[in-house]
Amino acid sequence: MFGGSALESETRVLEALTGAGRDAAEIAELFWMMAGGAAVIWLIVTALALHAIRSRRSPWSERAGLLLIAIGGGAIPTVVLAALLAYGMPTLARQLDISTPASVRMTVVGEQWWWRVRYDLPDGSHVELANEVRLPRGRVTAVTLTSTNVIHSFWIPALAGKLDMTPGRFTHLTLEPAATGTYRGVCAEYCGASHARMAFVVEVMEPDAFEQWLAAQSRPAGAAGTAVEAGARAFRANGCGACHAIRGTLSVATIGPDLTHVGSRRSIAAASLANQADDIARFIARPNHIKPGALMPPFGMLPPDELITIAAYLRSLQ
Amino acid sequence: MIEPDGTDRHAQARRLREAWRQPTGWRYWSAVNNNVVGLWYIAVTLLFFIFGGVLALLMRWQLARPDNDFLSADRYNQIFTLHGSVMMFLFAIPIFESVSILLLPAMIGARELPFPRISAFGFWAFTIGGLFLCGSLFFDAAPQGGWFMYPPLTSRYQPGIGADIWLLGFSFIEVSAIAAAVELIVGVLRCRAPGMRLNLIPLYAWYVLVAGVMVVFAFPPLIAGTILLELERAFGWPFFDPAGGGDPLLWQHLFWIFGHPEVYIIFLPSVALIAMIVPTAARRPIVGYSWIVLAAIGTGFLSFGLWVHHMFTTGLPGVTLAIFSAASMAVAIPTGIQIFCFLATLLAGTITRSVPMLYIIGGLSTFVIGGLTGVMVAMAPFNFQAHDTYFVVAHLHTVLIAGAVFPVVAGIYYYYPLALGKLLSERLGRVSFWLIFTGFNATFLPMHLTGLMGLPRRVFTYPAGLGLEPLNLLSTAGAFVLAAGFAVMAWDVVRPKSRRPYAPRNPWNAGSVEWLQEIPGLPWGVRTIPFVDRRYPLWETPNFLRDYDAGEFFLPDAEEGRREMLVTSSIDAEPLQCMRIPGPTFITLFAAIAVGGIFIFPTFKMYSMMGVSAAVSLVVIVIWLWTGTAEIPEKARKPIGRGATAPLYLSGRHAPGWWAMGVTMLAIFSAFISLVFGYFFYWTRHEIFMPDDAREQAVWAVIALVATVAAWASTLLARKWNAADRAAAFYAGTLFGVVTAVAGGAALLAHPYFSDLNPATTVYPAIVWLLAIWSALHLAVGVIMLLYCAARRLAGRMTANYDMDIVNVALYWHFTMVTVAITIAITAGIPYLA
Repeated sequence: MFGGSALESETRVLEALTGAGRDAAEIAELFWMMAGGAAVIWLIVTALALHAIRSRRSPWSERAGLLLIAIGGGAIPTVVLAALLAYGMPTLARQLDISTPASVRMTVVGEQWWWRVRYDLPDGSHVELANEVRLPRGRVTAVTLTSTNVIHSFWIPALAGKLDMTPGRFTHLTLEPAATGTYRGVCAEYCGASHARMAFVVEVMEPDAFEQWLAAQSRPAGAAGTAVEAGARAFRANGCGACHAIRGTLSVATIGPDLTHVGSRRSIAAASLANQADDIARFIARPNHIKPGALMPPFGMLPPDELITIAAYLRSLQ
Repeated sequence: MIEPDGTDRHAQARRLREAWRQPTGWRYWSAVNNNVVGLWYIAVTLLFFIFGGVLALLMRWQLARPDNDFLSADRYNQIFTLHGSVMMFLFAIPIFESVSILLLPAMIGARELPFPRISAFGFWAFTIGGLFLCGSLFFDAAPQGGWFMYPPLTSRYQPGIGADIWLLGFSFIEVSAIAAAVELIVGVLRCRAPGMRLNLIPLYAWYVLVAGVMVVFAFPPLIAGTILLELERAFGWPFFDPAGGGDPLLWQHLFWIFGHPEVYIIFLPSVALIAMIVPTAARRPIVGYSWIVLAAIGTGFLSFGLWVHHMFTTGLPGVTLAIFSAASMAVAIPTGIQIFCFLATLLAGTITRSVPMLYIIGGLSTFVIGGLTGVMVAMAPFNFQAHDTYFVVAHLHTVLIAGAVFPVVAGIYYYYPLALGKLLSERLGRVSFWLIFTGFNATFLPMHLTGLMGLPRRVFTYPAGLGLEPLNLLSTAGAFVLAAGFAVMAWDVVRPKSRRPYAPRNPWNAGSVEWLQEIPGLPWGVRTIPFVDRRYPLWETPNFLRDYDAGEFFLPDAEEGRREMLVTSSIDAEPLQCMRIPGPTFITLFAAIAVGGIFIFPTFKMYSMMGVSAAVSLVVIVIWLWTGTAEIPEKARKPIGRGATAPLYLSGRHAPGWWAMGVTMLAIFSAFISLVFGYFFYWTRHEIFMPDDAREQAVWAVIALVATVAAWASTLLARKWNAADRAAAFYAGTLFGVVTAVAGGAALLAHPYFSDLNPATTVYPAIVWLLAIWSALHLAVGVIMLLYCAARRLAGRMTANYDMDIVNVALYWHFTMVTVAITIAITAGIPYLA
């Protein structure tokens, strides 16, 4: 039914351990250390248990048993856990540190079920887009998270841990990606019917490319060429602008995702579909089919060729 | 069999059997005896377990391949919500309570639990509530907020009745869970066999005590949260709505203050079963009895200080995360001690292998994996990655299934002969174990990896091409193997066994008290209440069984044809009272139906029917109390055997009823404190919490306080005058108490009313109104209790000497006084200061 993930090309096993971001790399190191320790402890305890139920062996004395409890159950766990805390807490402090000066600032707002992504430019202006986050490699990006509806959670496993987006609150996350590439971000907190379809694309770029991209995104949409003029008209005529904005046109509403440069995105429908004209048309016709419970009304009553012209227009918004 | 002293043992046994005879025919369902109700309770709990398991299989079928459309998103979300909720509230908690209702009296050498009708009420309430909840799925109306129901998703974004069904249905079940916990606590503390000092009680009873106390303090915060959420849903009081000054995080705090102890409420009683089975298998007493007891108590305490580790990704300050990280890891220490106590016992013994031991060793080694991943997710930075993913799904199922389900299965195999007289099949037991063990690991081990691959929990599907397919398919296959294992076990449990011989008495050669019972069991529980001065009397006390069978111990007879049991002192288990307990009755079923109406009707916004249910409940409960409690005996004392006598009536702070009232009030008080916590939580969250323009009418608060003090003092005086047999003064005191309590309740409500507070606007008026209503309800119940006492005295059912009613009501009034005082200090005092 679906064309698979929009990110099929770059499959990573154990995304959270790839360490493509500073935080994720530190956590991966912590994970391997704890997992190794856990494996050793598990082997010892299981071996002891299996030994204990062997039928032919001489019983220990009660005194030896009590000693085992004191050492194995009391002393060793206390020492090991204290050591683990001493090792792990500095990591916690670094993860929560948001004092590093950020070169990029952005705000992401959780919606049902998509991401309102806003770059806050140094001059005080904003560039709004949706469902796609691009980051400069090796730079610090400060992300402010919130929600206007239910609780969501912003998670890019390859780059960092997750952080909740709670209505009425603002939370802060810093991202410091170390390697360019395309990653997947998802909503980690159950947020209603289409929680499973609330993902986004993360593209880590070289800083120069990032700057160019951001500059392009901040420009309004170009005038619709003659090839897609019909699609632009259909977009207006069917009232799409009541919810969506295409900067540079009369559509300025902010209920749904901003579509100014939707054609440049890696995917559509919160990383549910590839960014192709027929997928876009399919989504417009039956959003509920892709995203159960979606607020966007279905436009399946439009003639198929009209849907395709709208899709072609949207594709042209590069 | 006539003894030299002229006692006829057979006649004794006959009278005893007659007194404890079970009702037959349709009246069978009026039974209240623990060994009948316990079995019903376990059976229904296991049916809910199967229901929850089928839901899990549906989910696994949906997730077997990517982008599957076997289940719609809505359907899937209902199913995962119900799966979690059913397994937690309709299986894990009630399996602890039902097994304890069945086994605890036997383990402590008692005939029954102290309040048999409470057990029966709890069972009926649980069954009605459970059917209501599970039934919602078949009407496509099931809750779909996840088992922790986070608002605002559940407050403003799910308009159907699903969330109301969850909130009200589970509140009803929580009430029955608290009732059972009260009974179990009082049972352990007041109903032990004489001589069974606190340091001799079976470890199971220790665990039940700890888990029972945890229920009493952990469930009320959830009930408080539920009240807040339902008020927001039904009437728009904005407790969790940021636009009205509310905060969704308060729900998370209240939920997890319940939710984390809940995990240990599930886990500890299962460990308790291990603690009973391991010494039998090792053929020696437990090594480290006091270590286990201290570790269980320590786990109980610590578990109330860990809840924030479910909220590590909400953006709380680093200090908070560090403290809760450390506390969460610390709980691994008492847990480890308990495991090592079992290992040490096995190592110091000579092992008899059995199906129960197979499950215990398989469970322990798997549980350790869950414990170790638990330490990992307790480490806040790693939690940032693992939280809300399949890694956590794997972790929680590992600890709950290996830590709770495996021991329960072991317990079923171990105690089946005690409960139903027959041994289960060794061969089928091994088959089911290997299926369950393999299926379990094939299901859940891969989930650690899918979590690290970035798969969040609670997704109705996942995209292809992320490498998630093989592991999910493996999990699905494993789930079906796991289910096959449970099917084999279920077949073994339910297949007809009439042609199989009864198990021998004490088939496992255990040393603990419960195995002295005859097989098949008799309805009297124990033939005589033994004198126990050893931890393993069947091993350690010479002639224990012979003396028991000969009726040499306590209460060998039922001279007056009444069901009787011994009440003993809480520390030393000295006999204090020969307590008469009521027999079969349908009143418990009627009470459960009536009280159920209070919770079920508001789901459909049928508030007048809710009022009718409340009125009917009141009538039924009064009849229940009137006919079955504080009965005045025909004589003051009676011989209880071994040359001792005991009073038939006990009032005051040694009476089980007084303890039950106290423990219940502690539960209600913790719910109140949770609401107070809410008030201060909102205050700290907002610079402007109280409206500047409030027309604070503090005079009403002062009137309420004075009137409540008067009512409280009148109650205490009434108690005193009753004991002095000054009837006129007693009636005057009660009447004055009633009048002042009504005045106090009215003034409590007048205070926010005349202060122009509208609870549907912002969170301040809402919480003030709620505290006032809570306290006013407290006073209303106090009024009913005072009138009840007056009626009892008028009817000659309460006298100067037999004064349990007014003594227990006075205890209730202490809590009422404190509650009202705190309410007024907060709602009137704080605006005055601020």
